[in-house]
Parts: sequence; structure tokens; C-alpha cells
Amino acid sequence: MGSLLRMNRLLSSIVDSCNCIIDPQLPADDLLMKYQYISDFFIALAYFSIPVELIYFVKKSAVFPYRWVLVQFGAFIVLCGATHLINLWTFNMHTRNVAIVMTTAKVLTALVSCITALMLVHIIPDLLSVKTRELFLKKKAAQLDREMGIIRTQEETGRHVRMLTHEIRSTLDRHTILKTTLVELGRTLALEECALWMPTRTGVELQLSYTLRHQNPVGLTVPIQLPVINQVFSTNRAVQISPNSPVAKLRPTGKYMPGEVVAVRVPLLHLSNFQINDWPELSTKRYALMVLMLPSDSARQWHVHELELVEVVADQVAVALSHAAILEESMRARDLLMEQNVALDLARREAEMAVRARNDFLAVMNHEMRTPMHAIIALSSLLQETDLTPEQRLMVETILKSSNLLATLINDVLDLSRLEDGSLQLDIVTFNLHALFGEVLNLIKPIASVKKLFVTLSLSADLPEYVIGDEQRLMQILINVVGNAVKFSKEGSVSISAFVAKSDSLRDPRAPEFFAVASENHFYLRVQVKDTGIGINPQDIPNLFSKFTQSQALASTNSGGTGLGLAISKRFVNLMEGHIWIESEGLGKGSTAIFIIKLDIPGRSNESKLPFVAKLPANHMQMTFQGLKVLVMDDNGVSRMVTKGLLTHLGCDVTTVGSRDECLRVVTQEHKVVFMDVSMPGIDCYEVAVLIHERFGKRHGRPLIVALTGNTDRVTKENCMRVGMDGVILKPVSVDKMRSVLSELLEHGVVLES
Amino acid sequence: MEIVGKLQNQFMEFMRSLYREGFLDYQFLQLQKLQDESNPDFVVEVVSLFFEDSEKLLNNLAMALQQQVVDYKQVDAHVHQFKGSSSSIGAQRVKNACVAFKNFCEEKNLEGCVQCLQHAKHEYFLVKNKLETLFRLEQQILAAGGTVPVLS
Repeated sequence: MGSLLRMNRLLSSIVDSCNCIIDPQLPADDLLMKYQYISDFFIALAYFSIPVELIYFVKKSAVFPYRWVLVQFGAFIVLCGATHLINLWTFNMHTRNVAIVMTTAKVLTALVSCITALMLVHIIPDLLSVKTRELFLKKKAAQLDREMGIIRTQEETGRHVRMLTHEIRSTLDRHTILKTTLVELGRTLALEECALWMPTRTGVELQLSYTLRHQNPVGLTVPIQLPVINQVFSTNRAVQISPNSPVAKLRPTGKYMPGEVVAVRVPLLHLSNFQINDWPELSTKRYALMVLMLPSDSARQWHVHELELVEVVADQVAVALSHAAILEESMRARDLLMEQNVALDLARREAEMAVRARNDFLAVMNHEMRTPMHAIIALSSLLQETDLTPEQRLMVETILKSSNLLATLINDVLDLSRLEDGSLQLDIVTFNLHALFGEVLNLIKPIASVKKLFVTLSLSADLPEYVIGDEQRLMQILINVVGNAVKFSKEGSVSISAFVAKSDSLRDPRAPEFFAVASENHFYLRVQVKDTGIGINPQDIPNLFSKFTQSQALASTNSGGTGLGLAISKRFVNLMEGHIWIESEGLGKGSTAIFIIKLDIPGRSNESKLPFVAKLPANHMQMTFQGLKVLVMDDNGVSRMVTKGLLTHLGCDVTTVGSRDECLRVVTQEHKVVFMDVSMPGIDCYEVAVLIHERFGKRHGRPLIVALTGNTDRVTKENCMRVGMDGVILKPVSVDKMRSVLSELLEHGVVLES
Repeated sequence: MEIVGKLQNQFMEFMRSLYREGFLDYQFLQLQKLQDESNPDFVVEVVSLFFEDSEKLLNNLAMALQQQVVDYKQVDAHVHQFKGSSSSIGAQRVKNACVAFKNFCEEKNLEGCVQCLQHAKHEYFLVKNKLETLFRLEQQILAAGGTVPVLS
């Protein structure tokens, strides 16, 4: 434009100088020139202000890597502006300097603009790429944000699961577990409702067992074979189900519209499922159904991580429930065991009480029944010796026979009880075996001759004369066996033979486990009693040695007797480490009773232990009791001292105690007698006696207990007998009295005092 | 010798009188029988113990009966002890007094009890006196070189 104007001006000046043709254009040129002037001015202004703005804004921004480009660009614009500015002076006539300046400016502008143009070729692609990178980074940032979100939610889920698991597993109570599960799930997932359907006992229905919001779930049931339920049970994932399905209809009123519903199966492990063989595969699978409902008004959807959470929780619940089931089972078993223990304890105590009652009874019988019995027998036999009419004699004989029978009965029963108790011990003495057989023969001969039975005795040559064993009880066995033989034979003979058992004859074919080994110190005595009596039915043979049983044939003969004889004999034989049995070929063919017992032979190592005990006359009394250890219990010092002096005078080794406790502390097995003052008021001395009995038992060698009392009333005596004291003495005691008491105690083990 | 004989006679006479008057009974004789070489002072020991015991018992009884509310069970216990010890050594009259005392105790008769206590105390001091005299005589005999005669 400027050049055009210049050309125009040049032309006009030429025209002017020519002064010829182009006249009419001249007045319009002024206006054009004015517009040009103004435009140039504004252009220059703009050109100057742009760099200023650029600088200002670049200074404001922190990052701008292309400063030098800016400088270039700025220079370019400034120069352009300068050019346009200088143009202003060239509209009119101008001097040569102005022209020079103008030219310089133009040249510079041309230079800079070319350089700038060249530079921009490099820079503009860079600037463009910056933009794309920025876009790229933005996208990436958005993606990372998304991923962060996911990770965070996953971590949240994990935390919830851990917390839920912890809550669930912190209890072993089934109800608490399930309730806690629902509560925590409800809280974690902000559920509207959460419910658990458990299978009923029959297994055909699911019953609503627990709900979150409802406090008392009514017994709603749904059949288990619904398609939706099967769908949920067939997979271990949480399944989204329709809110209209029956399991989701938890509210009775229908106007409530539930939100999204999800259901998951909870495996129920029963103890019967715990078969080690198929541990990983649970054959019978029962499931419970857990239904979770989102609030309807929030328009929330079930997210994947929430479903995963639900699945994990369901598994944990299953494990927790199985633990609870195991615990329940073990507690039940323990309770059962405790009950059984209690019952057993009770039974044991009852048994003990019964035994104690029986023993007490026996103790009473022992004394109270024997005493009158003996009185009756003694007096009846004395009566027999006097002058009597035949009728009276008959009566007395009957009395005697009956009382003898009664005495035997009492003895038998007492013996058997003691045998069964195990409290019976054999009285081992040295005795004459041959003489024993002779005695038995003498006893049985009268009865046998009345029945016209022949009785023969044959002792083998190698049978020792003196043996060591329980003489009395062997006699009892012999009398019993021979007596039976005589009793059950109406005619014929009874033959008794005794010999030393050899190894082959030791064997009873019916008792193959019985092995008897003879040695230097002992031997086995075999006795056979053969009779020609009524015999025994082979079927009855096993019952022969049972208590109180008698076969029909025997009972009909009215033989009397308790039926205890053989039982007792068997017990004695067993105590003597032997064996007894009866052989019979049948009814009417007689029978043979055989027994083998172990006896020791004297004259070997036994001799020193068992001194020969001669039969002493009945009224033999010991005169001194040298070193006999006794204990005196009396709370009265004077009385104690007197008793002590008395016993010391008789040679005893006396210990005194003043109280019950001291007595129990001090008493030992070594004290042979305990003298107890029972007139101490307020102190139950009888209890001391009981305790001493308990401590030392009723065996031989326990301290004998004698009561000293100032009063002989019935009550005191009864009390003493009741606790099993061995005697009662009236105070004050004279030396002679004490002497005779000690004597009797040591000989008989009891003081019978009226 | 003469002195010994005289003392011995005195001793025997005294003993007989004690038995006759009922101060001592058969039990005391038993006690004397228990005295032998291994136990030469048996009687003296027992009697001394009796004295000690009795004095304590009498004090206890006196105190018990002076209580505002008399515990008859306690009194009965003491009397029982006293009776026991007196009968052990053969102090017959004391023992009888105790028997009566016990009856009053059972009846819870305070006046009766108090009277009985007095009576028992009286008897006790009497028999104590007698026994002390007896022992003095014994000592005298022994000091004179004789042996103490034994009543049969």
C-alpha cells in the first residue's frame, strides 16, 4: 500500500512536473493518504504493544522454554513496527536521513523476519507436540486415578473381610456368629436388610432364622426346591436374584419395594460329614441361604468387590459354624461324662454305704447273736445232763438240734461274707495232718453208722505227718465234703483217700489253666471222697458251688442246711491256692468230690517264721505284758496318770494323750491296745474309734480299742458296740481287773464283760 | 528302831482312820500297789497333780458361778473333771460331793450349786490336809531309816 501510494505520488509528481494529463485524481489522494497515515500509526502501535504484552505475560507465567524465540519474535515485530512508524514520515517529502533510517529499519526487519521464519519451522512442530503430550498425560492421570480408586476399594473390602472374620471367629456360639455376621455385613455394605434362611430338620424347607432389622423373625418357610434357590446353591458365587423371589420377600406388607438383592450359599458342615476318607469332598451338602438387600432409594448397584466380600464372608461363616458345632459336641460329651461321673460316684457311695451297713450288721451279729446262741446251746446241753422225763428230753434234744443248726447258719453266713470281702485270712499253723483226718473220721462215724454206711479212710504213705496250713478251715472243708457224701447216700459206703498230688493228677480236665507246681517247701494235697449216693445230674454240676442253690433232687430230701457249705469250701480251697470239683456219672450213680490244696512242709526255711503253737488250756492267762505298746486317751490328768501307772506296773509301754486329735496323731499300728475314756463330755470318743478302724481296717494287727467309762448304762455300752470297740471297762480299774482284761484281749481279741 | 516302829504304827493307824472315815477308798489302795522300784514316788506324784488340778478347778467353778448368766454346761464340765480326778485317786468324800454337785447342775439350781461348791471345797481341803499329813509321816519314817508299811 505504501509503495502504491509512493508510486502514485511519484506519478503525481511526474505528472506535476509534466503538468500535462492526470488532473482529476488529485483531490482524492489526500483522503487516501490520511487513511494510510492512520492505519500505519495503529499498525505501529499494535506492533509495539504485542511484544510488551508477550513479555508481560511470559514474565507472569512460570514456565516458558522458548524465551529466545520470543526475543526473536519480539525483535521482528518491533522492527516491523518501527518500519511502519518510520513510514509515517515518508508520506511527504522527507530528507535523505529519514530515508536512510527507513532503509536500515527495513533491512533489519527483513533479516530478523527471515531468521524468525526459519526458526519457526523448527519450533512449531515442537509446540504442537507439547500439546499432544499434555493430552496424553491427562489421559494417563485419569487412568491412574481410576485404578487408585479400585485399589482403595479393594483394600477397604479386605479390611472389612478381616474385621468381619475377626468378629465372627471371636465367638464360638452359633447364634452369636450368625447374628454378628448379619450385623457386620449390614454395616459394611450399608444394607437395607440381611437375612439367613436355615434348612429345617427334614431338609425340605428353608426357614427364616435370622434377620437384621426384624427382631423376631416369624417362622417363614419356603420349600427348598425352588429354582432360584437351586441356582444359588449350585455355585459358590454370590448370585443376584430378583427382588420378587420368595426368599427376598421378608417384609409382610407388600408396599415396600426392595432394592437390588443378592443371595449366597453358606455350607453347613455337620459332624457326620467329618469322615477322614473323603475330607475334601463333603458328600452330604446342606446349605443355608444368606440374602442381602440394598436400600431401594439409593439406586445403588451391587459392585463386584461387594459380591466378592459376600462370598468370602459366607465361607468364613461356614468355618466358624463348624467350629461352633464341634465345640457344642465336645461340651455335650463332657457334660454327659460329668453326669456319668456323678452317677458313678453316687453308685460308689451307695455301694460303700451298703458295705458299711453290712459290716456294721455283721459286727452286731457277730457279738449279739453268737452270745445268746452260745447261752442257749450251753444251757440246753447242761439241761440234757439233768433228770428229765422222756417228753422233756425230746423237747430239749429238739431245742439243741435247732440251736446247733442256727449256730451253724450264723457261722456260715458270717464266714461267707468275710470270705467274699476278702478280709478273711488263713490262720497258718503247724498241725498234724494224719490226726486231722482221724478227727474228721471220728466225727462222721456216728452219723454214718446210723445210716449203715461204711466209711473208710486211706492216707498214702508219702503224706507228711506234720504240715503247715489253716487247720480249722481244712477241717471245715473236710467235714463239709464228707458230710455231704454221707448226707446224700442212703446206703453203701463213703471212702476218703488222701495223697500227695503228682503233676499229672494235678490237672483237672475242666480247669486246664490250673497249674500246680510242687517244690521243696510245699506240696499239694489231693483228697478224694467217693460215695455211692444219689449222684448228681450232670447239668447241675456247674451250679453246685454257687451260693444257696440246691438242685431239685437235693431239696426234696429235706436235707436242711443253707446250701452254703460247698460255696464256702470252694472259697477256702481257693484261698489255699487249690481247686475243688465234683464228678458224677449221673443220678443214682454216686459222686466223687475231689479237692487239691497247697500245704507247706515244716522243717525247712519256714520253721523260724512259724513257731509251733500248742493248744493251750482255755483259762490260760498271761501274767506279764512286757513291752506291750498301749495308748491311753483321757482328758483328765489325774485319771490319765493313774491308768498309765496301772499299765506300766503290768509292764506295758504306755503312751498317753489328752485329746482326740492327739490320739489320732499318735496312734500307729504298733499300739496293740488303745484305752479310751469315753466319759469325756462333749467329745465324741466314738468317732475316734471309727476313725481308727478306718485307718487300720478290720484286719489282724489293728489296735484293739477298749472303752473306760465311769457309767455302765445301756447307752454307753450300745455306743461302744456300735462303733466296734473291743471292750468296755468300768472305772476305776483295779490292777487285777486290768490284768485279766489285757489277758482276754490278747487271747480273744475281745472283752466280754457284763 | 523304836522310833521307826512308833512312826510306822502311827502311820498305819492314820491310814486306817482315813479309810474308816471315808476320806479315801479302795482306789487309793490300788494306787499304792502301783508304787514299786521303777516308780517309787508314784503316789506322791499323782496326789500332787490332783492338788494342782483341783485348785484350778475350784477357782474356775467359783468364777463360773459368779457370772451374771451362769453357763451350766461349763460348770458341769468342771465338776465332771473334778469328779473324775477325785475318783481316780480314791478321794471318796470329794467324789460324793461332786456327784451331788452334778445333780444340782443338771437342775440348774444356782443356790444348790453354790452350796455344793462350798461343800466340795471343804471336803477337798480336808482330804488335802490328811494326805499332806500322811506324806509327812512317810518322810519321817524314811528319814528315820525305816520302810513305809503297806496296808493290805
